[in-house]
Amino acid sequence: MKNINDYIYSPQYECMTRSEMEALQSERLVKLVKRVYDNVKVYREKMDAIKLKPEDIKSVADLSKLPFTTKQDLRNNYPFGMLCDDKDDIVRLHASSGTTGKLTVVGYSQRDLDVWQECICRALAMAGISKKDIIHIAYGYGLFTGGLGLHDGATKMGCAVVPASSGNTKRQLSLLKDFGATVLACTPSYAVYLATEMEKNGINLADLKLRVGIFGAEPWSDSMRREIEKELNITAFDIYGLSEITGPGVAMECVYKNGSHVQEDHFIPEIIDPVTLEPLPYGEEGELVFTTISKTGQPLIRYRTRDITSLNAEKCACGRTTVRMNKVVGRDDDMLIIRGVNVFPSQIEAAIMNVNGIAPHYIIYVDRIGNLDVMEIHVEVNESFASDNIGDMEILRRKIENEIQSYLGISSKVKLVEQNTLPRSEGKAVRVVDKRKFTE
Amino acid sequence: MLVKQLSVFMENKPGRLFKLTDTLGKAGIDFVTLSIADTKEYGIVRFIARDNAKAYDVLKKAGFAVEQTLLLGVEVPDRPNALAEVIELLEKEGINIDYLYSFALFKADSAKILLKVSDTDKAVSLFAEKGIKMLNEKIL
Repeated sequence: MKNINDYIYSPQYECMTRSEMEALQSERLVKLVKRVYDNVKVYREKMDAIKLKPEDIKSVADLSKLPFTTKQDLRNNYPFGMLCDDKDDIVRLHASSGTTGKLTVVGYSQRDLDVWQECICRALAMAGISKKDIIHIAYGYGLFTGGLGLHDGATKMGCAVVPASSGNTKRQLSLLKDFGATVLACTPSYAVYLATEMEKNGINLADLKLRVGIFGAEPWSDSMRREIEKELNITAFDIYGLSEITGPGVAMECVYKNGSHVQEDHFIPEIIDPVTLEPLPYGEEGELVFTTISKTGQPLIRYRTRDITSLNAEKCACGRTTVRMNKVVGRDDDMLIIRGVNVFPSQIEAAIMNVNGIAPHYIIYVDRIGNLDVMEIHVEVNESFASDNIGDMEILRRKIENEIQSYLGISSKVKLVEQNTLPRSEGKAVRVVDKRKFTE
Repeated sequence: MLVKQLSVFMENKPGRLFKLTDTLGKAGIDFVTLSIADTKEYGIVRFIARDNAKAYDVLKKAGFAVEQTLLLGVEVPDRPNALAEVIELLEKEGINIDYLYSFALFKADSAKILLKVSDTDKAVSLFAEKGIKMLNEKIL
């Protein structure tokens, strides 16, 4: 591993004592609750329903009195029902996919973009990145927050940014070589893919100047990290984020790689029991929940991420005092993250139905082969699409693959199987078998 | 004029064909024809049973996805070029053959051909016009 000297971008916030941090969080939380109560109908209704008044929230100790926000709330209020600032003060809109094809929209004010950039700068500093670096961003640019988020933050940092976006691997490799990027930012599975494609494209490790990788948007294991570090001769960092909260940079690993530092002065993390919804103490595993205390465009109160992890409040050897979140070990809904793309089984079902009219029993198998996510969908052939003709069956099979590709933007393999052969469980149908391991 | 064929989707793995033939055999159903179209992962077993209606019910009950198709059956003399002449007729009329299979009965001087074509009605009138002997289920 190459030597990285990290530095602290905003020590005045990242190294606060716990009591200073709590005082700052309390001050921001009180203001936030008042603002959303006054400006966002959804929150006013949620609070009125439990007879909670803004003045009942006096400090972070009162956080658990507040109602939760879910992805469903965002969907129900599509597209702008959750905005807090006046619509004219929104300067950016991002969106991610939802279960029913309806997007989850996030509006940002200029202040929100500033906060986001600040978080990215802190994250880059954790990985020892400075204005001397050239950062090659191969996250998708567009509605997805990965590309533009990293782009704005790295620009603020003063790095030379190569906005390569995703796709066209051959060109990505020539750019990496010709421009001599020192930092690669993309999904971990794409980093693996780039490494495997190097040889084919006549590029050697010696041709590259990469020393750091900033990888996120999907869960990945430590063994995958070791492989990427070896294949690309870099040190690889995990960056965490979700568009609803801000995008990448909500939390980031420092050089000690022992959990990701949450930017707590902007996003208060909590762990709750996903069943009882009661808050859990530091160290216990449960669902991660965030309250965005400094956002103004579309702040969220106790947003349930569905990610399962735990928090660690011990002071880190790097000198930062911010709470660290451990690796995400799973999710408590049926969302899959495949090659960085959010996939809900209902979207697969919709794609099959679009082709065939009705959806027979199916199971989505997800695996990670050679560190690349692969999705195979087994569809039972019932009378609705049995045929005497192989050609017709193949056309149908490929149509489903194409439909999934155009609907979700990721490739998959559809396999036709005999009816009544896929496993069925009592009551709820088994839709997903995820064989990937993120914890080894 | 047309011959009813049953077809069953089947994964390409050991034991599958046995399950089908065993199910029919135990129900006392005889095959008249049997052919398999296959890919690496799955195949379609096409067959005509002595009692197609019974075979259809038996397989449905056993959980198979069964499909019925009407095929065109013709009898051609057992001599060189006989099949080519029939195919040529279809080709000239722009009728495409999706698939075909043949079977020759023991001690017979003709071969029987079963065809699935793109335009069955057109092919039937064409064969009638040209005096090609067509099969029906009883002749099988």
